Amino acid sequence: MKPLSSARMRHWLGASAILVAAIATALPAQAGSVLDAINQRGKIKVGVGTSPGFFAPDSNGKWQGFFVDFGRALAVTVFNDPAKVDFTSSSPQQRLPALQAGEFDILLSGVTETITRAFKLGFHFGPVIFFDGQGLLVKKSLGVTKGADLDGATIAIQAGTTGELNIADFFRKSGKTFKSVVIEDSREFRNALDSGRVDALTQDSSDLAIQRTQLARPDDYVLLPERLSKEPLAPAIRWGDDRWLEIVNWTVYATIEAEELGITRANIDSFLDTSDPVVKRFLGIDKSLGEAIGLDPKFAYNIIKAVGNYGEIFERNVGKNTKIGFDRGLNQPWSSGGLLYSPPFR
Amino acid sequence: MTATALDWRKGLFGNKTNIAITAGYAAFVWWLVVPFLQWAVVDATLHGTSETCSRDGGACWAFIVAKANFITFGFYPADVRWRAAVACVLLLAVAVAICVPRFWSRWLAAFGLGGLVIAVLLLLGVPPGQIVTTEQWGGLPVTLLLSVVGLAGAFPLAVMLALARQSRRGGIRMLSVVFIEVVRGVPFISILYMATLLFPLMLPHGASIDKFLRAQVALILFVSAYMAEIVRAGLSSVPRGQTEAGEALGLSYFNTMQLIVMPQALRAVIPSLVNLAIGVFQDTTLVLVIGMFDFLNTARAAATDPQWLGYYDESFAFVAAVYFVCCFALSRYSLWLERYLGRPGAR
Repeated sequence: MKPLSSARMRHWLGASAILVAAIATALPAQAGSVLDAINQRGKIKVGVGTSPGFFAPDSNGKWQGFFVDFGRALAVTVFNDPAKVDFTSSSPQQRLPALQAGEFDILLSGVTETITRAFKLGFHFGPVIFFDGQGLLVKKSLGVTKGADLDGATIAIQAGTTGELNIADFFRKSGKTFKSVVIEDSREFRNALDSGRVDALTQDSSDLAIQRTQLARPDDYVLLPERLSKEPLAPAIRWGDDRWLEIVNWTVYATIEAEELGITRANIDSFLDTSDPVVKRFLGIDKSLGEAIGLDPKFAYNIIKAVGNYGEIFERNVGKNTKIGFDRGLNQPWSSGGLLYSPPFR
Repeated sequence: MTATALDWRKGLFGNKTNIAITAGYAAFVWWLVVPFLQWAVVDATLHGTSETCSRDGGACWAFIVAKANFITFGFYPADVRWRAAVACVLLLAVAVAICVPRFWSRWLAAFGLGGLVIAVLLLLGVPPGQIVTTEQWGGLPVTLLLSVVGLAGAFPLAVMLALARQSRRGGIRMLSVVFIEVVRGVPFISILYMATLLFPLMLPHGASIDKFLRAQVALILFVSAYMAEIVRAGLSSVPRGQTEAGEALGLSYFNTMQLIVMPQALRAVIPSLVNLAIGVFQDTTLVLVIGMFDFLNTARAAATDPQWLGYYDESFAFVAAVYFVCCFALSRYSLWLERYLGRPGAR
């Protein structure tokens, strides 16, 4: 998207978006149950972005990606049909006001959860499904293993992001110096590293992972494991429908719990004759739980059957064997050193 | 040495200025055209997958081949894609019909309106198939529909605005001036934002108007303000005596305008109107900021598929070629039309 926008256009975009957001917050949010509207419509409306691996149309015009799969999982929970969901792409400037205006039932476009968005915009956030953060992409030959080693280095930052502030804070804290080069266009940004004009790029690490694949020799570069900022990307919904929020929460938890229990799309049916009461409740073999909460007792089973557990969704879309080649890092179960943790299904 | 060769030599190297210009062109060809052709033609990969492309280098036209359907029709359901294709042809036919002077009659409005309605119905999937919501529309049909309906819808509005701006009634004149100046005073993007984000918040609860429709109306309003100023320029080029002659014949205001003033006024500004049309055709790409998939945006999104990651050069080159063909045709048409209307006895 960046090659299109001049600085002037971006300025107008920003100003207009802020104006709209300001007026939007001044108006009362639409009342009425989101879930009722979804049931009436027969489909969930999901707002997404466009970014390789996370949400992108394939050659047949079908949405594919990490966040898209969570949208399909939601459709399984509500309708037991992964196809009953409409994805609409929205631009970063537009997506938050559009959610407020009721254009979507849920925003799965990689929104960073922040306190301002929760209170001032009136959004509930579901569980974090992708722990992102500002990273550093450096040349392997520099032999650098952590950010502090980059003392005196020249680092490229993309214009109009919070990255500039974060990197300055990071170096000030560690008492090191660096030289910054601010670049507007995303291709120029990449070329700066390719041509050796800068030593490193800094940006959200998910974005850097994609940038790396576009370099002339991707294998010569490494994304440092360190994160300079916290960017927890979570599903966002409007205030006002608690049951819808719980459905979002437990749909995400189901994928995480399945991975913790070692249940995958392939092996799930071998668990059907288990004697483990935890698995029996989770998969709905023991129907009492589903009946008590008013969902299909087998909703978790259906989700895993349709899209797989969290690990499978991750690996299929952005994992090591894809072109994105993202490391799981914080995005693995707490038992393996990550931050994913599902409350118990009981 | 023949005379022509000598002329050529003189033209290219005759004096210092000519040598400099020739050197400039040679440098341009050497530094830009040759590498571009090398990339786009000589080294290009026409068939295969992205692996073939990254192995063979050059432009990856195989990407465009694989993505042709998506770039052209976006998220439109594959099994009823013929509807979108027919709608495209129909829209082009309407656009061409509007351009041919021989068809300029009162029937044109009826024909055009009919064509547009049928195109919209086809895209919507009625009758008889399942409804295709406007969110699934994309690619070329969206670009064509937005531009053609934007221009056609703006035209009557623009004529009314231009006449109102010349009106002797202060109230009407004021309304027109305020509308035109306000709309011209803000960028198209903010009008789009207002239409897509603010407007739904103002509607009573439960009521909703389709996003595509809102964007389309926003475009019509935006274009009408600019077009009204062009029409007004045309009106002021018609001598006052023409109106007076109409009045003297006992014609009503509307008859005077319809039969005497407007035909002369509009003819005078046709080149400006075509110029506006080219601008509007390109402006429709701005709908990508509100998440609509026009031709440019589908091409951009095509390069985000992990299977075909990052072939932005190819997609933008392809889109640029299509836009260029359309705009160049329009611009040649405008030149031709000027000559056609300028010839003696032109109607």
